[in-house]
Amino acid sequence: MIEVGLNHFLVVSTLLFSMGIYAIVTRKNAIQVLMGVELILNSANINFIAFTRFGNFGLQGHLMALFVIVLAAAEAAIALAIVLNIYKTLSTVNIDEVDSLKD
Amino acid sequence: MITLILPNLSENLQAILPEISLALTLVAIVLFDLIFIKSKKFLPLISIIGLIVTFSFVILQFGDPKYAFAVSGNLSFLSLDNFSAFFKLLILITTLFIVLFSMSSQEVNSCPDRHGEYYALILGMVIGMFFMVSANDLILIYLSLELLSLSSYVLAGFVKTSIRNSEASLKYIIYGSASSGIMLFGISILYGISGSTNLHEINSILQSPTANQLTFLMSILMIFAGIGFKISIVPFHFWTPDVYEGAPISITAFLSVASKAAGFAVLIRFLKITFAQGLDKSGYWQMLSYIDWQMLLISFSIITMTFGNFAALWQDNLKRMLAYSSIAHAGYLMLGVAVLSDQGLMAVLVYFSIYLFMNLGAFYVVMLIANKINSEEIDDYKGLGYSLPLLGTALGIFLVSLTGLPPTAGFIGKLYLFIALVDANMITVAIIALLNTVVSLYYYIRVLKAMFLDKTDKKVEINLSPLNYIVLLLLIAPVLILGVYFTPLVNIAKESVQLLGF
Repeated sequence: MIEVGLNHFLVVSTLLFSMGIYAIVTRKNAIQVLMGVELILNSANINFIAFTRFGNFGLQGHLMALFVIVLAAAEAAIALAIVLNIYKTLSTVNIDEVDSLKD
Repeated sequence: MITLILPNLSENLQAILPEISLALTLVAIVLFDLIFIKSKKFLPLISIIGLIVTFSFVILQFGDPKYAFAVSGNLSFLSLDNFSAFFKLLILITTLFIVLFSMSSQEVNSCPDRHGEYYALILGMVIGMFFMVSANDLILIYLSLELLSLSSYVLAGFVKTSIRNSEASLKYIIYGSASSGIMLFGISILYGISGSTNLHEINSILQSPTANQLTFLMSILMIFAGIGFKISIVPFHFWTPDVYEGAPISITAFLSVASKAAGFAVLIRFLKITFAQGLDKSGYWQMLSYIDWQMLLISFSIITMTFGNFAALWQDNLKRMLAYSSIAHAGYLMLGVAVLSDQGLMAVLVYFSIYLFMNLGAFYVVMLIANKINSEEIDDYKGLGYSLPLLGTALGIFLVSLTGLPPTAGFIGKLYLFIALVDANMITVAIIALLNTVVSLYYYIRVLKAMFLDKTDKKVEINLSPLNYIVLLLLIAPVLILGVYFTPLVNIAKESVQLLGF
């Protein structure tokens, strides 16, 4: 049996982070981009918890993770409201088609 | 180990009186909005009263540095020093002006039933910025940055029916949430390296160089992505032109001054408290030797100002041009930080207090004209200098000051910046900055050329209210007076460079 250690958690979190970045860069749909952002936030959360658990750092990591969960919910609420508003005015949520402001 | 027991709660609560009074004002606005649905015109008045009360609390804090919410010694969440008080005053002055702007803004007045949420969100932003400038802990830095961002995402799209506003807020939230997520990941790595989120504690742990250099560099660059987004440093600037052009003008002005001020305060405190070991003989900060900090900051700032100035040359929309010019100004300010000394810091403070008035002034004139002609295109400004002599002259003064020509205040800001650079033997950098100023002259003067030299037949008339005259005067007077009599400002800035715990 392999002992699950800090590195395993870090690999998972880095993979999640990379997938989040990939989603933000490649997806055209605003909702999918926001899902990528959620992945990034959660990957950071995994980091915080893993470091606290394996490094004996005290409670700050847990505290941060709890705050981030709440913040992610608030951010998702605001982002969805903004996307809904875009859909009402332009009938699309494709980021490439929302381009009236440009050089 | 941190145990969250706070023995002297009342003392700590007293230390955050400005924030408490802001929060109470916010609640008062929400309640007033709900109860007295018919009398919306009192809302700005309530916010102004709240801001003035807060102002007096901040003045009382000046000169009385202390830690608040400390667990032991300097392990605190907030450090209330002159530096944070100075930035709080800048933010409050900006907010007062923005509330006055909003009272005569056509965009804001086009949705009269949502004024309550408008002023409430503005105050929410201010609370976020207040915690940001005095935050001493990575947790608090991240949370207050998000409080500021979340309110500003909504405000950027305040006029829901306007396509431009909705697009601005969509772009703002996508770039903003991505960069704050990246910043959070960087914070988590820094937490893993050091085992603490308190800036002082991170500093003392990093003094013994055990951390892997590459990991360290990664985490720092990631955190810079979040802070650089707020102060629109290239390459984290992509949102700036679109959001500045799309958002209501009063909000654009707010973003370009206040949230940039808060971002710079966080950047400076983060750099100095976390990564400086002490002062060397001639007063420069000795940074931890993981990375070449000066090189990093200088390259960021040179890229930023060169890009900002050159991109502004091709803009036909005045708001978009001012957006690029604000990117360029972030580059100049970054140079002051890159000196890595208290003298450079003083130059940043002086520059920022002057930037506040001239940038707000330029946006105010643009707003007054856009209220009438519904456009910010430079082509539509042709000949406006003759039909609107007062506004034309005012815009001229602000733009000349943004360029940095004497006898306006912008010159003094640039002067102190260049003195700091030359004293630090960064002559090449100073010359690049000077050449950049020359480039910027072209696009600022282009607006004046359209206003005063191009002829047109159409006649525009704007009836200014007494309030407009007062606000205009309050903005022009500092720009002209600080250009010749700047000693008081410099003295205050000199007293404000000391960060607590350093």
